[in-house]
Amino acid sequence: MSGEAAIRVRGLRVVRGGRRVLGGLDLEVAAGTVTGLIGPSGSGKTTLMRALVGVQVVAGGEVTVLGAPAGAPALREQVAYVTQSGSVYPDLTAEENVRYLARILRAGDGEVERVLALVDLLDHADRPVAKLSGGQRRRVALAGALLGRPRLLVLDEPTVGLDPLLRRDLWGLFTRLRDAGATLLVSTHVLDEAARCDAVLLLREGRLLGATTAEGLRRDTGTDDLDEAFVRLIEREQGRP
Amino acid sequence: MRRPALVATARRLLAQLRHDPRTIALILLVPLLLLGLLKLLLADDEPTFQRVGAPLLGIFPLTVMFLVTSVTMLRERTGGTLERLMTLPLSRSDLVAGYALAFALLAAVQALVASAFAIGVLGLDVQGSSAALIAIAILNAVLGMAFGLGLSSLATTEFQAVQFMPAFILPQFLLCGLLVPREQMAGALDALAGVLPMTYAYEALADVAAGDGAAAATAAAVTLGFCVLGLTLGALTLRRRTG
Ligand SMILES: Nc1ncnc2c1ncn2[C@@H]1O[C@H](COP(=O)(O)OP(=O)(O)OP(=O)(O)O)[C@@H](O)[C@H]1O
Ligand SMILES: [Mg+2]
Repeated sequence: MSGEAAIRVRGLRVVRGGRRVLGGLDLEVAAGTVTGLIGPSGSGKTTLMRALVGVQVVAGGEVTVLGAPAGAPALREQVAYVTQSGSVYPDLTAEENVRYLARILRAGDGEVERVLALVDLLDHADRPVAKLSGGQRRRVALAGALLGRPRLLVLDEPTVGLDPLLRRDLWGLFTRLRDAGATLLVSTHVLDEAARCDAVLLLREGRLLGATTAEGLRRDTGTDDLDEAFVRLIEREQGRP
Repeated sequence: MRRPALVATARRLLAQLRHDPRTIALILLVPLLLLGLLKLLLADDEPTFQRVGAPLLGIFPLTVMFLVTSVTMLRERTGGTLERLMTLPLSRSDLVAGYALAFALLAAVQALVASAFAIGVLGLDVQGSSAALIAIAILNAVLGMAFGLGLSSLATTEFQAVQFMPAFILPQFLLCGLLVPREQMAGALDALAGVLPMTYAYEALADVAAGDGAAAATAAAVTLGFCVLGLTLGALTLRRRTG
């Protein structure tokens, strides 16, 4: 992997509900990349992201983020996290949700408008989130993560429920953030999106199946269809004794 | 204020309340309804109304704030917003103090409305200072809030959180001295009452109503101690990392 690592994970072990979810995970995410995180449901993507932002109890291993141990207080201004569920207050308006986070981050009031515009929500800023569509709700969560120009964005399935046009716009935004120097780790089940990443991490049952690119994945599995490539990879893995 | 996250949290909670006018109306009006009902019930027994009226001015806010806070915090936990907050530059004490500030403001309004109604309309007679009575009523509310916050970490569903009311508030209500004076309780019960927070919250209100300022101040100080204890407990039971 070229460039310095924004994220370095060594021997990460996580046990949840008595079950081993991550069993000695090693991986790196290069700084200044959009890195995709893909893997079957339950493979530990969310758990890994929680460990990266310092809210997951870990059983062992080392997680270094932007040169500091994951969850270090200094990282809380620099790492933005969008949870899979979105984590917004349904009773507040889109703007109130973002403004609360902006105040915590000491970002100016102009920031609120800027990020709402980035996710194309200015028209719905005054409506309670409970009355927004699922995709609009996700964009409220995403807007919060864009406040204050974080150096690392950890986005758990940020584009679920969005139409193709919005998805394209948001991936354009991710690329621009990267070009401006940020690092993004984005989990997804949409392999078209993986194709837009600079690197792809494949997770399965808490282990890294491989770190590759969409191109490498195609080559490896001999198919152009990324969904099919993924299925073949998993089947190949399962075929092993 | 040098703690923007604290103020931001209080403002966010107040904004949430603003979006729920029905809850605000219930919080403000239900105590009036209950006090009015009590007055009618005790129409022929004015001394009893005078004895229980003032303590109830504090016990209503205590109960309501206990419920409102534990449910709000539980929603924060189960809705995933707490997880997100824990990744932000917001200390656990900012969060807890933000809750205390927002709900104390609400409690202040509730205490003012209820006291004005009890004193002005129902003729409740306060020997001591009315301002002190209202201040202690607010303190009661903060106590309920503090314990709601502390106990909410023990609940995993809203249903459980609501059950904490009969489990934690009702026994204290029975033992606080309102129904049976502590002097008449069996030794063990009196001793138990002596370690329960609501006992002191009750005594502070009863003393102020009876015009015994010194005793009220002592009881209020103990109540304040319990508030600090509860809020500290609330901050300590918040975990940045969870399973
Ligand atoms: N709160 C929890 N308590 C106990 N176990 C959990 C909890 N959350 C997730 N798990 C378990 O941890 C494992 C990994 O879950 P995780 O949410 O990380 O998967 P994921 O890859 O994000 O899946 P998805 O694509 O469905 O979001 C699963 O087996 C899941 O059952
Ligand atoms: Mg997930």
